[in-house]
Amino acid sequence: MSFLKKLKEKFTTQSDSVTEKFKSGLSKTRNSFASKVNDLMKRYRKVDEEFFEELEEILISSDVGVHTVMDLIDELKDVARSRNIQDTNELKSAISEKLAEMLHKDDQDGHLNMQESGMTVILFVGVNGVGKTTSIGKLAYRFKNEGKKVLLAAGDTFRAGAIEQLEVWGERAGVDVIKHQQGSDPAAVIYDSVKAAKSRNVDVLLCDTAGRLQNKVNLMKELEKIKRVIEREVPGAPHEVLLVVDATTGQNAMSQAKIFGESTDVSGLILTKLDGTAKGGIVLAIRHELDIPVKFVGLGEKIDDLEPFDPDKFVYGLFAGLEEEAE
Amino acid sequence: MAFEGLADRLQNTLKKIRGKGKVSEADVKEMMREVRLALLEADVNFKVVKDFIKRVTERAVGQEVLSSLTPGQQVVKVVHDELTSLMGGEQSKIAVSNRPPTIIMMVGLQGAGKTTMSGKLANHLRKRHNRKPLLVAADIYRPAAINQLETLGKQLDIPVFSLGDKVSPVEIARQAIMKAKEDHNDYVIIDTAGRLHIDEELMDELSQVKEMANPHEIFLVVDAMTGQDAVNVAQSFNEQLALTGAILTKLDGDTRGGAALSIKAVTGLPIKFVGMGEKMDALEPFHPDRMASRILGMGDVLTLIEKAQTSVDEEKAKELEKKMRDMSFTFDDFLEQMGQVKKLGPLDELLGMLPGAAKMKGLKNIQIDEKQLSHVEAIIQSMTKHEREQPEIINASRRKRIAKGSGRTVQEVNRLIKQFEDMKKMMKQMAGMTKGKKKGFKLPFM
Repeated sequence: MSFLKKLKEKFTTQSDSVTEKFKSGLSKTRNSFASKVNDLMKRYRKVDEEFFEELEEILISSDVGVHTVMDLIDELKDVARSRNIQDTNELKSAISEKLAEMLHKDDQDGHLNMQESGMTVILFVGVNGVGKTTSIGKLAYRFKNEGKKVLLAAGDTFRAGAIEQLEVWGERAGVDVIKHQQGSDPAAVIYDSVKAAKSRNVDVLLCDTAGRLQNKVNLMKELEKIKRVIEREVPGAPHEVLLVVDATTGQNAMSQAKIFGESTDVSGLILTKLDGTAKGGIVLAIRHELDIPVKFVGLGEKIDDLEPFDPDKFVYGLFAGLEEEAE
Repeated sequence: MAFEGLADRLQNTLKKIRGKGKVSEADVKEMMREVRLALLEADVNFKVVKDFIKRVTERAVGQEVLSSLTPGQQVVKVVHDELTSLMGGEQSKIAVSNRPPTIIMMVGLQGAGKTTMSGKLANHLRKRHNRKPLLVAADIYRPAAINQLETLGKQLDIPVFSLGDKVSPVEIARQAIMKAKEDHNDYVIIDTAGRLHIDEELMDELSQVKEMANPHEIFLVVDAMTGQDAVNVAQSFNEQLALTGAILTKLDGDTRGGAALSIKAVTGLPIKFVGMGEKMDALEPFHPDRMASRILGMGDVLTLIEKAQTSVDEEKAKELEKKMRDMSFTFDDFLEQMGQVKKLGPLDELLGMLPGAAKMKGLKNIQIDEKQLSHVEAIIQSMTKHEREQPEIINASRRKRIAKGSGRTVQEVNRLIKQFEDMKKMMKQMAGMTKGKKKGFKLPFM
């Protein structure tokens, strides 16, 4: 049985709504990626150099990144050679298999390091405009629905309106927000929030921070300080440092993952706006070149549209149309 | 970083063909592979890259290699020129309606930076053009977006028009324009909600706002870090709204910003401004040449090459080479050389333009004392014509006189003369080495 069919079987028998969400959320990605690959298969019956060259272009156009694409193409060439595959259709399964393999580096995906007893502190970092505050709002809603007591820390004291934005999300999710005024010291806000979270016996504390470009040394230092405050107040915390990345971002996402990782020990990614882009290929590059698991993906604008990342579902969402058309 | 500058990489590829007078087709092809990679790494759309490579290859084949440049630099120059011309000239003009108010609409994806850019633009119009702008909060979807614009307005002391988040953007725009006429605001900047280019419903809403407001400018605000999808975004927005320009934000980051080229190549829209920071005055006009260097990841090496080309006189260089070889190099020549280097600009700035210079050991924290150079100049200028031509005649009493004349110490004069003699010896050796190879002349300081 082909790899895709296995995935398909797994998910069609499950028939859960999350798989549907992945399918519809990724429909844009799928349409362009799957239809491009399909079209390629139609035009090339034989696996040859030109076929690979066009496949390379399709992958690059999905923001997978030059280096990862080259590695992937090399591996596919090896597969074609060793299995003696000449018909392009036969290679289709190998492509999805390789992609899933690339994503499946460890099983940390979609899984958060939640504390059994005591408080879990999660710090959110990222460049400007990626959707940190929105992601926090959505996650707060999620935890709240799981019956947890949640508190939000309005650590973005820089951008105008950021505190109010988090407050609106707090209201929507039914969760309290600890805040200072705009322009105040973010580390102080986080300090107060940790104190408040402790005295209120909160299960999860979600800490917002201001967006910052990773090459701003001083702002990265500020972030380190925020993290130190958390470390000092709660031993073992922050339990997760989540880097929020906009899925439309190109190769700069690599630099973001690297530099934010160096200064704050990023433990996972949240990939936002995945529903709007024909891409999301940057997930592959980040997984391939930097070993950071993807925890959540944003698949829509509704409050419940943030889903734990599942590599199989991701690949299935990517290829669903492909397999059906092929049959 | 995974990528190094294109210039460095091309130099590596080109080691084998260095010294060639002409670039062959095969050489160009090999180099173009590097150029392609550099562009793709910079997030230039792959289709745009394809067309671009085709055009540049045609131009580069058979080009005479300028004697002062290596073939690698020559190719970089062709690539750079093409990139620059493709991205168009500096176009930071904003339309002025002869029946005020002039209406500007800001559109784009979520998180591109529309609200911040609206504030910056309003600030720019008031400061640079003495205008009286009105900001309009028409983003009724994102929580606290209106609040954000109002806060910016307060900071800048620029009025913000809002009707809360329960009124449709079309109605907000209509009333805002009426208000602007009443209050004699000559510019109206409408901040719209971020939306996906594939969201038909919200795109229709934008069309309605456009129909109502009849804007003179519609700017697409694009995050400079955008990847391959920048092309689709720009195309969709342009088809739906007939944009008049693009604004690139977050360019103060370390992104190479290939999106700029993609947008320009696909839509032909001028890139009007770039956002260079979080402060309200961090707005700059778009410089195609700087952007080209940035996309190619090569510092400002071309500016340097061009500067060197224009400031180093070919004839004089030849004459100097001859002088070096027969040891007739004098203090006068030395002075002239210094003048030429100075023409290139401040030395630390020159170093900054060299790709990789920042990484080079020793060069990292170098502080070049421009004063030292003027001291040297003063010393030489205090010599007589005869002394400059025949430094051997400078004896102790002459040294004293020169020191007095230049306001320096005798020790410094001694040091300079010693350095000059050493340099002459070195030149003789260098000239001997390159004799017959007809290699391009290099400045002794560089």
